[in-house]
Amino acid sequence: MPHEVDARGLSCPQPVLMTLQAIQSAGNDDICIRVDNSTSFENVSRAATGKGWLIANVEQNDGEYRVMIHKGFA
Amino acid sequence: MKHNWFSSTAGVATVGGVIGVLAVLLQHWGNPPNMGICVACFERDIAGGLGLHRAALVQYLRPEIMGFVLGAFLAAFLFKEFRPRGGSSPLVRYVLGVVAMIGALVFLGCPWRVMLRLAGGDGNAIFGFLGLLAGVWIGTLFFKNGYTLGKTSEQHAASGWILPLVMIGLLALRLIFQPIEGQAQSGILWYSLKGPGAAHAPLYISLVISLVVGFLAQRSRFCTMGALRDVILFRQMHLFSGLIALLAAALIMNLLLGSFKPGFIGQPVAHTQELWNFAGMVVAGLAFALAGGCPGRQLFLSGEGDSDAGLFALGMITGAAISHNFGLASSPDGIGPHGMAAVFIGLLISMAIGFGHLKRS
Repeated sequence: MPHEVDARGLSCPQPVLMTLQAIQSAGNDDICIRVDNSTSFENVSRAATGKGWLIANVEQNDGEYRVMIHKGFA
Repeated sequence: MKHNWFSSTAGVATVGGVIGVLAVLLQHWGNPPNMGICVACFERDIAGGLGLHRAALVQYLRPEIMGFVLGAFLAAFLFKEFRPRGGSSPLVRYVLGVVAMIGALVFLGCPWRVMLRLAGGDGNAIFGFLGLLAGVWIGTLFFKNGYTLGKTSEQHAASGWILPLVMIGLLALRLIFQPIEGQAQSGILWYSLKGPGAAHAPLYISLVISLVVGFLAQRSRFCTMGALRDVILFRQMHLFSGLIALLAAALIMNLLLGSFKPGFIGQPVAHTQELWNFAGMVVAGLAFALAGGCPGRQLFLSGEGDSDAGLFALGMITGAAISHNFGLASSPDGIGPHGMAAVFIGLLISMAIGFGHLKRS
C-alpha cells in the first residue's frame, strides 16, 4: 500500500510540507498525494522531483489530482 | 496534462521581470515615485477614495487593484482554474489582513514596494526587507509546528464572483465620478489634490497594465511573500527567482530613466526610522505568511474564486482606514503618534493567531 497524503482543501505551503514529511517517512514505498488545485499540484510535483523522486502517474478528475510518486534511484 | 510554462521557474522569473518593467513605467507615466505598484498603498488609497479614512493626501480609487483581480479572474476563467472556494477561518484571515496593512503602513509599503523602493535606491527599504524576512521566518516556524487555518471547501459559484464584482463596481464608480480639476470630491468619491494620491498614471494605462499583471501573476503563481517563505522553509529558489527578476528589472529601468537615486534622506514617501521600518514589516510579513500569500497574491487568488483571500483584501482596506483614522500610519516625517503601539498590538495579534492555530498532535 502506498503512503497517502491528503492535502485537498489546503493551500501552500502545507501540501508541500506534508509531501516532504511523507518522503522522509516513506522509505522506498510509493506515495500517493491528493490535492485539489493546479497550484498545489505544481508545488508538490516540484518538491518531489527536487528530492529526487519521480512522478509515476497523475490522475486528474473534476479539479482533483492524484499524484503517485516513487523514489528515484541514481 | 497541459503544461503551464508560466509556472515554471523560467516563467515566474519572466513574469517578475515584466512586473518590474511595468511598475517603473507606471511611475514614469504618473504613479508616485518608487510606488509604481504597491498593493498596500493602493488599497489604502481606495479606502481614502471611498471616504473610509480622510487622509487628504492618499485618496484615489486606484484602478490597479481592480485590474489585478479582474486580470487574474480572466486568466482563471480561460484556463479553467476558476474554483469558488472558502471557509478556511475567514474571520481570522480578515483580521490578518487588517494587521498586515497596519504593519505595512508603519513601513510605508507592501513587499512589492519594498522591492521597488530598493530598486529606486531607497536605503530605508533595506530595513523593511529585513523586517519582511524576519516576519516570514517567524511564520515558517509556525508552519513547521503544525500551524493551519484549516481546509477550504467548495462554495457556490456566486461566492467566487463576489470580489471580482466588487472590483467591477469600484471601476464603475471611478468611471462615473471622474476627478474634477482642483476639487477634492467628485460625487461620492474623494480625490487627493496633492501628495501620493494625486500622482497617478492615466486610468486606461493603469487598467491595461494591471490586467496584464493580474493575468500573468495568476498563471505564474507569483508571490513576493511565498518567494521568501519557500527559500526559508524548503531552500527552494523557484518563486524567489521572480522576486529577484522584479528587483533587477526595476533597477535597470530606473537606471535607464534616471530615477535611481541612492540614499536614505529625502526618499519619496518614506521615513528614516530604521527600527520602525523593520518592525512594521515584521508584523506585515508575519501576517502575510500566516495568511498564505502576499497582498498581491491574495488579490490574484480572489480572482480565482478564493473568497477567503477576498476577505483578506477587504481586511487590508479596513486596516488602512483604521491606520489613518487612529494615527497608526507613518508619513515622510516619521511614524504616526500611535505607530509604536500599533506594531506591538499587531505582533501580539499575529502571534496569538499563530499559536492559536497549531494543530494538536
